[in-house]
Amino acid sequence: MSIVTPGAKQHGAPSVRRSSTSPIYTLVGALVLVILLTMAPWIVPAQASSTLMNFFILVIMATMWNLLAGYAGMVSIGQQAFIGLGAYATLYFALKGVNPFVTIPLSTLTCAVIAVPVTFLLFRLRGGYFAIATWVVSDTALLIIGAIPFLGGGTGKLMPGLQSLSPAQTAHYSYLATWIVALVVVTGTYLLLRSRLGLVLASIRDNEVAARSAGVNVQSARRLIFVIAAAGCGAAGAVLAISQPFIQPLSVFNIQWAAEMLFVSMIGGLGTIEGPIIGSILYFVLQQTLQQYGAWYLIIFGSLAVVVALWQPRGLWGAFRERFHGELLPVGYWLREPK
Amino acid sequence: MIWLNVVIQGVLIGGFYALFACGLSLMFGVLKVINLAHGDIAVVAGYVAVFLTPHLHIPEVWSFLVVVPIFGLVGYVVQRTLIQKSIDRDPFTTLLVTFGLSVVIENLLLEIYSANGQSVNIGDLIAKSWHPASIIYVSYVSLGVLAVAVAVLGLLQLFLSRTGTGRLIRAVADDREAAQLSGANYRHIFGIAAAIAFATVALAGIAYGMMTQFAPTSGGVNLLFAFEAVVIGGIGSLWGTLIGGIALGVAQQFGAHFNPEYQILAGNVLFLVVLAIRPQGLFGRRTALA
Repeated sequence: MSIVTPGAKQHGAPSVRRSSTSPIYTLVGALVLVILLTMAPWIVPAQASSTLMNFFILVIMATMWNLLAGYAGMVSIGQQAFIGLGAYATLYFALKGVNPFVTIPLSTLTCAVIAVPVTFLLFRLRGGYFAIATWVVSDTALLIIGAIPFLGGGTGKLMPGLQSLSPAQTAHYSYLATWIVALVVVTGTYLLLRSRLGLVLASIRDNEVAARSAGVNVQSARRLIFVIAAAGCGAAGAVLAISQPFIQPLSVFNIQWAAEMLFVSMIGGLGTIEGPIIGSILYFVLQQTLQQYGAWYLIIFGSLAVVVALWQPRGLWGAFRERFHGELLPVGYWLREPK
Repeated sequence: MIWLNVVIQGVLIGGFYALFACGLSLMFGVLKVINLAHGDIAVVAGYVAVFLTPHLHIPEVWSFLVVVPIFGLVGYVVQRTLIQKSIDRDPFTTLLVTFGLSVVIENLLLEIYSANGQSVNIGDLIAKSWHPASIIYVSYVSLGVLAVAVAVLGLLQLFLSRTGTGRLIRAVADDREAAQLSGANYRHIFGIAAAIAFATVALAGIAYGMMTQFAPTSGGVNLLFAFEAVVIGGIGSLWGTLIGGIALGVAQQFGAHFNPEYQILAGNVLFLVVLAIRPQGLFGRRTALA
């Protein structure tokens, strides 16, 4: 997995590898972590597993935002559109009698389908105008959903289909659903970035004109990433709807989601897989510690994000990587000069 | 007559949107930067007018005389420090930084002044209106704001086309490197553009406080409207922004006429339709786009 050029062992030739450390450690560590987190609802108290669930939702959102901004260069402040639509798609299918847990893939797909025509409008604008236009889209989605009486209008509606389960069962199942979605999203993003598309994205990020002239279809690569990010945020919205069963338009379409995913990815490190996860951990630690002081955790976190953007644009993980050349989930390549 | 009233109310609010948007448009034209905290600056100006200028024994109606120049100065300083620093990195960073600032400002206001609505006290002027026909009421405040908007846009246009500094601003906006080669200090010019943007949006913020109530979260909503006005009118055209603002205002009033819930939705729909069929806007040039 690590050594790409077969002749790399030859004396005097530079070698190209995925990572400077052995992937075995990462693999073993990841396996242990996966087993522990799968068992979590049976090990830790209910309060902790509900916190973990919110943490996973943030990791999903931040990973998707990082894919958009960190890898495809699109700053969106309207991803809450797809969180809200994912939540409401879940509600819609559940009202139609589908088991809420079965609706998660359906809602994810729904968001992906909605995202396709949206890109044709949004991609007419670039940079800052693109960013605000994504917000207009989410505002429009909020207003349309809020005007549909079947979905509870502006006041919201209780998620049906969960009442037949006991509270403990609901908690366990929704924990597992959230955890599995987070695992799929992070692993999927990792594999995606190691694929051909990942290479295309890296070429666009490094030099868009050069990528174009080398035959890269920049627009369709961006479109695909936008649709994937919409689907991921839709999945986050779906598990959000299951974990907090009363769904209100103003809370699922809240721009605070966009703020959280942006801050978390920036502080953790844009353009790395590990960054959003580390940022999310930091965010939760800060939020839990400063819980009783209102919105101060958001103020501190936002200021920190501004400072990081100006002075350490690769974020915490980027700074760590520069110093120690260590990587847990490598997606790029290192060139090692012969000694 | 009902429809005439809808159009009149739309035009009145459209003037406010244009006043709010002209700084956004100018900063994008010159600095190529979208300030995502643009709306929040207006709200801060509103809070300064309501809570801080009374300490100077200035009536709230006249607070803009103090607040607007201060915000111009603040704009220059913020540009030369924070925004310039992020421009030096890349345009991408300016979005992250200004969005971060927007969230921080909004939550700070929420912590300090709570979520309660505030308004700029203008005495009994608020209730007075001109009543030319049976159901048409033209509020003096809205009419005043429209007049101020037209005046500000006119002055800005004159400033850009007739003065030396205005010429420099246009030169930097057209081609920064060429202007720099000819001896223009582009950072100073950026600062002046930001000063104008901050001053005009501070004026808009106080005007908003006179027309209605504002809260810490009002900035975002108004940024959306300002942005829609800019895109509908055409990116890079000041008078286009006024027409765009009026078109947006009229669309919103039409929506509200059918159902108050549709007011903002109708504006968004107009914006999306313009984006779909005429992405350069009503008066814009295609070059402003991607």
